[in-house]
Amino acid sequence: MAVETREEAVTIKHHSVDYSVVGTRPIRHDGVDKVTGAARYGADVSQPGQIYGAVTRSPHAHARIRSIDTSKAEALPGVHAVITSADLADPGEKVTGGGEATAVPLKHKSGNVMARGKALYHGHAVAAVAAIDAHTAGEAAALIDVDYEVLPPVMDVLEAMKPGATLLHDDLHTDIAGEASAEPSNVAAKFLFEEGDVEAGFAEAAVVVEREFTFATVHQGYIENHNALALWHGDGELTVWCSSQGHFTIRAEVADILDVPISKVKVIPTEIGGGFGGKTTCYLEPLAAALARKAGRPVKMTMARADILKATGPTPGGYVRVKMGVDSDGKLTAGEAYMAFEAGGYPGSVVAAGCMCVFAPYNLTNVKIEGDDVVVNRPKTHAYRAPGATQAEFASETVVDEICEQLGIDVLDFRTLNSAEEGTWRAGGPAYGRIGHKECVEAARGSEHWNSTLEKPAGTYRGRGVASGFWFNIGFTSSAIARLNPDGTVTLLEGSPDIGGTRSSIAMQFAETLGIGFDDVIPMVVDTDSVGYTDVTGGSRVTFATGYAAHEAANDMRKQMIEGMADVWDVAADSITYENATFTANGESATFKEAAHLLNEDTQQIIGKATVTPEKEGNAFAVHIADVEVDVETGKVTVLRYTAIQDAGVAIYPPYVEGQMQGGAVQGIGWAFNEEYFYDDDGRLRNATLLDYRMPTTLDVPMIETIIVEVPHPGSPFGVRGVGEVPIVPPPAALAIAIYDAVGIRYRDLPMSPHRVYAELAARQNGAEA
Amino acid sequence: MHAISYAAPTTVADAVSILAEHGANARMLAGGTDLIVQVREKLRDTTVFVDAKHIPDLMQLSVNADGSATLGAAVACHQIYGDDAFSAQYPALVDACQIIGSTGIQGRASVGGNLCNSGPAGDTIPPLIVHGAVANIAGANGGRTVAVEDFCTGPSQNVLGDGELLVSLTLPKPAAGSGSHYLRFIPRNEMDIAEVGAGAAVTLDGDTIAAARISIGAVAPTPLFVAEAGEALIGQTAGEAAYEIAANIARDAATPINDMRGTIAHRKHLSFVLTQRALRGAVARARGMEVGHGH
Amino acid sequence: MATEILSGKVHVNTTINGESTDFLAEPRESLLEVLRETLGLTGAKEGCNDGNCGACNVIMDGRLVNSCCVLAVEASGADVTTIEGIAGPSGLHPLQEKFLEHAALQCGVCTPGFLVSAKAMLDENPNPTEDEVRWWLAGNLCRCTGYDKIVRAVLDAAASMRGEG
Repeated sequence: MAVETREEAVTIKHHSVDYSVVGTRPIRHDGVDKVTGAARYGADVSQPGQIYGAVTRSPHAHARIRSIDTSKAEALPGVHAVITSADLADPGEKVTGGGEATAVPLKHKSGNVMARGKALYHGHAVAAVAAIDAHTAGEAAALIDVDYEVLPPVMDVLEAMKPGATLLHDDLHTDIAGEASAEPSNVAAKFLFEEGDVEAGFAEAAVVVEREFTFATVHQGYIENHNALALWHGDGELTVWCSSQGHFTIRAEVADILDVPISKVKVIPTEIGGGFGGKTTCYLEPLAAALARKAGRPVKMTMARADILKATGPTPGGYVRVKMGVDSDGKLTAGEAYMAFEAGGYPGSVVAAGCMCVFAPYNLTNVKIEGDDVVVNRPKTHAYRAPGATQAEFASETVVDEICEQLGIDVLDFRTLNSAEEGTWRAGGPAYGRIGHKECVEAARGSEHWNSTLEKPAGTYRGRGVASGFWFNIGFTSSAIARLNPDGTVTLLEGSPDIGGTRSSIAMQFAETLGIGFDDVIPMVVDTDSVGYTDVTGGSRVTFATGYAAHEAANDMRKQMIEGMADVWDVAADSITYENATFTANGESATFKEAAHLLNEDTQQIIGKATVTPEKEGNAFAVHIADVEVDVETGKVTVLRYTAIQDAGVAIYPPYVEGQMQGGAVQGIGWAFNEEYFYDDDGRLRNATLLDYRMPTTLDVPMIETIIVEVPHPGSPFGVRGVGEVPIVPPPAALAIAIYDAVGIRYRDLPMSPHRVYAELAARQNGAEA
Repeated sequence: MHAISYAAPTTVADAVSILAEHGANARMLAGGTDLIVQVREKLRDTTVFVDAKHIPDLMQLSVNADGSATLGAAVACHQIYGDDAFSAQYPALVDACQIIGSTGIQGRASVGGNLCNSGPAGDTIPPLIVHGAVANIAGANGGRTVAVEDFCTGPSQNVLGDGELLVSLTLPKPAAGSGSHYLRFIPRNEMDIAEVGAGAAVTLDGDTIAAARISIGAVAPTPLFVAEAGEALIGQTAGEAAYEIAANIARDAATPINDMRGTIAHRKHLSFVLTQRALRGAVARARGMEVGHGH
Repeated sequence: MATEILSGKVHVNTTINGESTDFLAEPRESLLEVLRETLGLTGAKEGCNDGNCGACNVIMDGRLVNSCCVLAVEASGADVTTIEGIAGPSGLHPLQEKFLEHAALQCGVCTPGFLVSAKAMLDENPNPTEDEVRWWLAGNLCRCTGYDKIVRAVLDAAASMRGEG
C-alpha cells in the first residue's frame, strides 16, 4: 500500500474574531501522564484488601431462568461472595433517572445489569462472584449452575415485528405517543414526525427515488475495558471508582439499582479509555457494589473483551426505507422515511434521533418519518457517536446521490440549492439558528481534493463519493468551580470526564475569559461530591456546555476579585476595571497574579462557580469526500484519499478538533466496510474478539485530510459548536457512492465487506453472461 | 484461566518424558500466542505447559551444508525473516511470517507452533507444503518424519500422539530457477485470519515450468496440498493461461464453509484468484524479480 | 536430571526497566497481569487479552511482544521494557514529546502500547517510511485518532532522533 503524506489541515474562518488562547495549539494539561503510563484509568485503581469479581453469563440468546444453584461456586476455596439479581433491589415498577439519568423503567435498567427471570441475549449477566483473585473468581463463575428453558431467539427487527413472533417481554406494549397498545409486542415504541404535505410534495416531483437499506449491529469499540471498584465504608457510604462518560449518571443508576440514597454514593471518575456513547450507563458498577457489600471487602471488576462485545451496548442494526422527490429544477419537494432499529433485549434504541436526522441537512418542508423501536435478542443497544444519524443518513445521502445522477445535477450544487440554513424547520423542530452546512459544501467545492482529478489507470476501478452529515449536538447541564491559588493560577474543577482533550478545551475558554495564560489554569475532573451536577460527556456537549460553565465561573471569579480588590485597596468596586488581565482603580494597578497574591494575604478565598444549561445547541454539519479503489476480483475496497470538512463553530483547540474529525471518519470507514455483529442460528455471537470484530488498523486508512469551517455558534460565548459526533455520519454513504462511481453498483447494505461487494459484482457478471 | 503448571526442559528427552507422563494434558509452549489464549478462553484444557524455548534443537535455524535448511519448531517468525540466507531460499514462508499477526505476535509466534496448532487457516502451513517441508517428530518410541502436507488431520488436529513433539522442520534445497510466494485474502490489511490463503512454488526451465507445488488454506478442514494443480503446470509455459488451469483445479479442490470470515462462494472464487496471484508472484521471483509480501 | 514441573507460586527474577525485579506468580498469570496487579506498573493496558490490540505491548529481550500472551514465568531472566521505562532521567523520549506536539492521542489508553511499539521499531529502523510505520503499528488499535496524527508523530520523532527535526 502506498500512501502519500499530504499537507496538514486547513481552516476556513467565517468570522473575524481573534483570541489569544482559544484557537491555539498548546500541549494538553494531562498529556505527560498519558505518554508515560502514569495516567490512572479505571482498571489501574486498586484498594487495600480488594478482591476480584467475575460474572456468569448466559450461553443462550433467549432463555427463561428456572433456577440458579450457586452452591458449588460458594464452596470453592477463595470465594467470598456470590450474587444474583435477588441481591439487587426489587425494581417493581419504579422509573430510574428523570433528572440525573435517562428515564427508563428500573426493571429494564436493573435487568440489563443482571438478568431477572429471563436471559435476553447471549452474554447476559445472570450471576456474579467475588474471590481472592481474578482466576479463582473466573473458575467460581463457571461453577454456577443455571437451569435454563431455552426459547427461540428473535434476532431481526423485521422478523420481530411479524404477527406471531416470539415475544421477549410479555408485559411490553407499544408506546404510541404516550398510549400503550392493547396487545404486548416486540415493538416498544412507534415514533412519527410529520411536517407539511408529503403527498402534495411527491405530486410536484419530477423525480422520485425510493430505496431500502439495512445495516448491521456495530460496537463503539473503545480500547479500554469496562471496570469498577467498589468500597463500602463503615457508615454505609459507598465509593465507586470507574471510567465512565458521566459519573453523575453512574451514581444515580447505582443508587437506584441498589436502592441506596444517592447522597450515600460517591463516584470517583478515573481516566477513561474511550466511550463514544457506550460508557454512558452502568454495567459492572452495581455488581461490584453488591458483591463488596456481601463480601465486606472492596471488589474490583474488569470486563473481558468478549463480554464487552456480547453484553455492552452496541449501536443498532436495522432497516431504513427512504423516498425523496425533487422537481425538475432540482429542488427537493418531499421526503418520506421509515426505519426500524434494534433496541436489543430492552426497549430504547436511538431510532427517534435517526428519524429527526434523516433529512436534516436539507430544506425539506414536506416530510413524513416513522420509526419503530424493536426489542430483539441482542444486547441492549446504546448510543454510538451521533446515535442513529449514521444509519439514517447512509440511506438518505445515498438516495440524494441517485437523484443527482438522474437529474444530471452536480452533487455539491444540489446541496447548495437544497441546504438547510438559518430558519429552516427541521423535522421534529426547532428551526435552525445560524448553521454552516452551506459553508461546508462551499469548502468542499473549493478543496484541493474535490478539484483534483482521480487518476484511473487502465484496469483499475476507482471512484469518488461525497456525502453530508448532520448531528444535533446537545446542551444539557454542566458545572464548574474555579479556585484561585495564591500564586495566581486557577484550579478548575469540572464534572465532565475528559475523553480527548476537553480538560484543555474547557480551560482555554476559562483562560480566554480572564485574559490569563493556558498554563495558568489547572483543570481537574473531580468526583460527584466535589463539583456541581454535570451531565455525561456525550452529545458533543462538553467543550460547548462545560466550556460555557467555565466561562461563567471565570466571570464569577472576576466579579469576586474586583470586590476583593475593592477591600484591599479600599475603593468602590465599581471604580475597578479589569483589562488585559490587570485590575486598575484610582492609580492602583495589579496584575491577575499580583491580585491573587494580595487577596491571599488579605485571607480572601476566591471561588468562582457556575452551573449552566445552555438552551441553544450548535448543530453540526459535515461534508466528506472519499476516493476508493475496488479490487473487482476480490471485492475488497481500498480508501485512496479522504477529506473531512466540518463546521466546528469556533475551533477552541484545533488539533483535537482535527482529531475528532479524523477519528470519527475512520470509525465511519470501519462501519462501512468490515464491522458487524455476526450471530449464528442460535443467536450466539461468533465474532466476539478484536480479531474477528474488525476495526480499522493503521493499514486500512490513509491520512485523513481535514478542513475546519468556522461559522460561530451564537449560543456560545466563544462560538463553540461541538465537534465530536458528526464526523462519523457521512463515511458509509460517501464510500457507497464512491464504490458506485467505481463499479456502477449501488450498495445499500452495511457493511460493504469484500464478500458482499464481490457477490454483487459476480451476480452482475453472471447476469451479463446468462 | 484454570491452574496450570509449567516446565522448562532443556533437552528433547526431558520434554518427551514430561509429555509422556502427562499425556493429553500437556502441550508444548513455543510463542504461546495461540496456546495461552486458547487455554484462557477454555478452548483447550491443557494443564501442563512445556516451554520449548530452552531446548536448543527446537531453537535452531540453519541452512545446512547440503543446501537444505533446518527450522527449529520454536523459532519465532521475526528470526526467520531476519535471517538472510534462510529467507533467500524460502520466500513463501517468509511472506507468511511477515503477515501473521502483528509485529508483537511475530516477536514470539513460531512456525512450528502454527503447524502444531493445525488451524485450517494457519498461514505458514501452505508455504511449508509448497517448500516440501518435512516435520521431524520425537517421541518416547523414537523419532519419525512426516511430510507437512500429511501433518494436519483436521481442525486443531494432527498426527502428533501423546508424548510426541515437533522438534524441527527440514526444508529441501530449492532447485535452481525456483521461486515461491504465499498470500492470503483478508477483509482488512493486517491482523485477520485468512479468508483464503494460497502458496505456490515453481521451478522454471527458461519459460517452461519444470516443477510446481500449490497449497491453499482456509478452504477445507486442513490446509490443502493441491498436487494436481502443480502437476498440471509441468511442461506449460509460465503465463496466464497456465495459471488459470491451476487456479481452476485449486477452486475445485476447495470445500469451504460459511462463517464470520467469509462465504462459500467467495472462498471458492478466492481460491482461484489467489492461486493465480501466488503463481504470478512465484514465477516473478523465479525470474529474480522483487515481489512484496502478501499485502 | 528430570526437569522440575512448577506450580503454585513460582519465584521469578527479571530485569524490568533496568532494575532487577523479583516477583511470585502462578504459572497461569500473564506477564501483563503481574506487571499491573503485582508490580503496580499499570501503564500497559488490557484491551483484548488475546494479542489483537497491542495496548499491553512491552519489549522483552529486544523484541516487541504482547504481554498478555506471555506467561509471567516465561519472563524469568528476561529484560523487559515497559512504557514506564521509555522516558529517560533527562526527560521524555522524543516519541513521547512528538505524541504530545502532534496531539497523537485522545483518550490515551492505547498510547502506551503505541509508544512501546514505535520505540521497538525505531530501535531497529531509525528511518522508516510512512508505509513501514503503518505496517509496524498495525497490531496497535486506536479507536480515537484515525491514526493520522500518530503516524505523523512517529515519523517526526524518527526525523528528530536522526537529527533532522
